[in-house]
Amino acid sequence: MPSLVTDMTIVISKNKSARSIAQRVREITGVDLGTCYQCKKCTSGCPVSGLAKCPPSEMMRRLHLDLGDELLDSDILWMCVSCETCSTRCPMGIDVAAVMDALRRIAMERGAAPGEGNVPLFNKAFLTTVQAFGRTYDLAMIASYKLGSRKLMADTEKFPTMLAKRKIALLPPTGADRKMVRRIFKKTKENKAADK
Amino acid sequence: MRYAYFPGCSAESTARDMHQSTLAVAQSLGIQLAEPKGWTCCGATAGHQTDRVLAVALPAATLIKVKDMGLDLVVNCAACYNRMKVANHEITTSEQVRAQVAEATGRDYDGSVKVRHFLEVLLDDVGTEAIAAALRSSLAGLKVASYYGCLLVRPNEATGFDDPENPTSLDRLVAAVGGTALDWPHKVECCGGGLSMSRTDVVVHLTNNIVAMAKAAGAECIVVSCPMCQINLDMRQLDIAKIKGIRHDMPILYVTQLLGLCLGIPAHKLGLNKLMVPPDRVLKAIVNAA
Repeated sequence: MPSLVTDMTIVISKNKSARSIAQRVREITGVDLGTCYQCKKCTSGCPVSGLAKCPPSEMMRRLHLDLGDELLDSDILWMCVSCETCSTRCPMGIDVAAVMDALRRIAMERGAAPGEGNVPLFNKAFLTTVQAFGRTYDLAMIASYKLGSRKLMADTEKFPTMLAKRKIALLPPTGADRKMVRRIFKKTKENKAADK
Repeated sequence: MRYAYFPGCSAESTARDMHQSTLAVAQSLGIQLAEPKGWTCCGATAGHQTDRVLAVALPAATLIKVKDMGLDLVVNCAACYNRMKVANHEITTSEQVRAQVAEATGRDYDGSVKVRHFLEVLLDDVGTEAIAAALRSSLAGLKVASYYGCLLVRPNEATGFDDPENPTSLDRLVAAVGGTALDWPHKVECCGGGLSMSRTDVVVHLTNNIVAMAKAAGAECIVVSCPMCQINLDMRQLDIAKIKGIRHDMPILYVTQLLGLCLGIPAHKLGLNKLMVPPDRVLKAIVNAA
């Protein structure tokens, strides 16, 4: 378990991207990053801070220092479970979880490395089934994620029981307003393209 | 008591038992639930990690349908509940988000549909007295750890559910059906949620902490109200045994299953056979009310 008090060495590389990441985070979230005074309450309550090399308070400090693309390689980005404990406990009312969401979106926009477990691939597999069927289709989502992440054997021993208990649906979902969902995905994509 | 009811995608897959037991309990207590026709996925964690507008427009698609029904919306999946509540919150607090959602969905929606968790309906609309009056059996002091996880209680300014650090809704319901609601420290710790497949290692670590703490507090079962919490705490006990060599054998029940049993609803109608850790000790503990 890394120490939460000492050992915070931050290296700033000079080749910064033209548009600062901290500035983009401010634009997306409306959060005033400067109000963070490094009390580390977010890190104390974070369920994965003991597992990540860079806990949430350190991400905030790195944003203060206006780091470049190396921010997007921090392991916390894709280990963060979006539990929102950080936002709930921040004495300055900073929505740290929204900052993490913004960093993930920037990481995806800029094609940063997906990190262990490839969460962006999981999210994509999930949303692809939603786009197609209007609801999630676990079987297709799991197959697509497993193929892409080469985790073919993970959890296979549980499958027979899951199927016998009907905890995994074999057929895709029906009855959803697919037209509406496709419209939302299409419009969101158009907006994103216009935003760049 | 009539409400619109959003089952959520997991109701058709991993959490059929949550859905079945919700419907059975509702019927038993005279609560009418109507599914909005054509309801769609809330986007879940993948949605809000990907795009802000997508994250609000997806739940709004269903909220628009509910608005046309003129009813309050009841949700039992904590994750869907959270996304619906956050969508309403963002739409009512940001003109820009409201306009972007109107553009995405083709309908201007004002964020006014009242979204409620099924637990809130049970406690506030039905009430513990009416529930106690309808009971056929009692938990007879069974020691229950109430586990709320993240998405019911956080972010509290959006969900407004109970107390974000020490919620008591599940505990009150457990007490109402004759159980002993334990005071324990991991009520609102995170189970790892959507990382179940991508970072199973993280989820095994977190769920082991939670189940071990419940056990140390003397729990005979854990009661939950979220499909992600349920499957992580239940199914990942197999991995905890394999990886860490610890066998917890802790039954993880939906609160609607526990309540349903005490209302005299047969186990098969509550989907109890779907649990990975068999709830035998819970079934044995239940005694007929005098």
